[in-house]
Amino acid sequence: MSSYSRLPRWFPLCIFLAVVAAFPAVSPNAYFLNILGFVGIYVLLCTGLNILMGYAGQVSLGHAAFWGLGAYVSGVLTAKFAWPPLLALVASVVGTCVVALAVGLPTLRLKGHYLAMATLGVGVIFHSLFVQFAGLTGGPSGLVDVPSFAVGSISIDTTIKNYYFIWAWVAIGLLGALNLGQSRMGRALNAIKGSDVAAECLGVNTYRYKVIIFILSAAYAAVAGSLYVHYINFVAPDTFGFMNSVLLLTMVVVGGIGSFWGPVIGASILTLLPEYLRAYEGLEVVLYGLILVAVMMFMPNGLASLFRSLRRRVGAAEQAAGGG
Amino acid sequence: MSAGAILSVEGVSKSFGGLMAVCNLSFEVPTGAIKAVIGPNGAGKSTLFNLITGLEPLLCGRLVLAGCHLNGLKPNRRAALGLARTFQTPQIFENMSVLENVLVGRHIHGKAGLFAALLYTGRSRREDLVMRRHCIEMLEKVGLADKADDDAGDLACGQLKLLEMARALALNPRLLLLDEFAAGLTRKETEHMMSIVRGIRDEGVTVLLVEHDMHLVMNLSDEIVVLNFGEKIGEGTPEEIQRDQQVIEVYLGTEVC
Repeated sequence: MSSYSRLPRWFPLCIFLAVVAAFPAVSPNAYFLNILGFVGIYVLLCTGLNILMGYAGQVSLGHAAFWGLGAYVSGVLTAKFAWPPLLALVASVVGTCVVALAVGLPTLRLKGHYLAMATLGVGVIFHSLFVQFAGLTGGPSGLVDVPSFAVGSISIDTTIKNYYFIWAWVAIGLLGALNLGQSRMGRALNAIKGSDVAAECLGVNTYRYKVIIFILSAAYAAVAGSLYVHYINFVAPDTFGFMNSVLLLTMVVVGGIGSFWGPVIGASILTLLPEYLRAYEGLEVVLYGLILVAVMMFMPNGLASLFRSLRRRVGAAEQAAGGG
Repeated sequence: MSAGAILSVEGVSKSFGGLMAVCNLSFEVPTGAIKAVIGPNGAGKSTLFNLITGLEPLLCGRLVLAGCHLNGLKPNRRAALGLARTFQTPQIFENMSVLENVLVGRHIHGKAGLFAALLYTGRSRREDLVMRRHCIEMLEKVGLADKADDDAGDLACGQLKLLEMARALALNPRLLLLDEFAAGLTRKETEHMMSIVRGIRDEGVTVLLVEHDMHLVMNLSDEIVVLNFGEKIGEGTPEEIQRDQQVIEVYLGTEVC
């Protein structure tokens, strides 16, 4: 066995979270921390989407709908009905899970392209619902005056508080995804991705597992939505349209679909990249596109595969040294 | 259904469009036996396996496994009753390691669900450990234990067949369906596979196999059922089948006699 497998599987995650926790001390400015808050939200979204697409192999082109649903439920309940944010978050997760169940039961009987088309349709439907229920959602111009998150009397109202609050949720989400990947259920999901028929013949209730994981994936999105709406104190329907569903999918694929670190890398880079490309005004979209094309051409398994092959090479070298 | 049969196929039919793939077929698989299904290409052998495992619905007839009616049960419920199979073209989970493939075969013997998975509970960890130990044993049985941590996608053709066998055995099947396990194997690999199948039978697992290699079928099977255009044209011991005039005409020809 190569050397890396001797490390506990949660070790890299601990290092990562330690770096995240220490980062504000060396952060260049508050603006950068502000962006990292968004990175956290996207990491959470992509980790949830990766559980569905990367672990279980089910395509969703409407994931932003669940993100939006989480955001709107939390936003409306706090802004219009003065619910405490924590309760609103719970309500948004529960509500989104119920909707995901209702959507998942019929659509997950479909396979491949059909599932992608069905989820795309669901995304479009929810986008128009956010626009049409103007009385509650504020319609196309959005919902304003959403309060910041508060736990009891502690209000999460500064950039630094938000940074830690969001990343605490990301940490929970990442740990869940890491555990899931190594579990009996994670293997069953992987098996569904590998061969639906073989998994079913080995006693895996493939349909049930697809529905469960669809709901879990939506729950991740709902938490991200709730964090998002209380972070920017505002929400508008266009954030949750088709283009952002595609963006989430792109983040997962560029990072490395199916790998644990893939969504973390993909979400981080594709959120930070536009900030840096702003310096090349006019060319930013072109550069962004070129970078995506280059990654897909030279690393079809995503950026995470770069680390994996590196790790393997180190492992092989150590083995060779040990054997010789 | 006679007392000694683990599987009974009773008047089973299946059609694709207007074509009868399996037609009013009845036979039994005695507990503890190795039974072979033979017949020319298109005789309905693979369709029969798909009907037994539940991948295709029956047109009519009845399937009974150890006293349980299989009709209407989804494949995963049939697996839970102790029915395992391999595929003509190995259906390996190429995105997983060799050991993980076998662990999926152990799935029905675990209980850990979503929350146990997310929280990585002590119980799920202990359950996993027991499963892993058992699955390593299965890999040892087929001679793949040294490949446990390799990517399943990197295995050679013969090894894929062995892996599929180990994975099916991890389920602790009462009845194991083998769909052309020797197809694409070398003579030596086939011999190895045959000794594994005999070993399984000696441990009490009933085997139903589809195979084209007549040498293998005649050597391995206790009983044979012969299909032609979805209908049964003969059934008996290998000796009886080799003497059966109708079977010789449609299938065996002069090769064996």
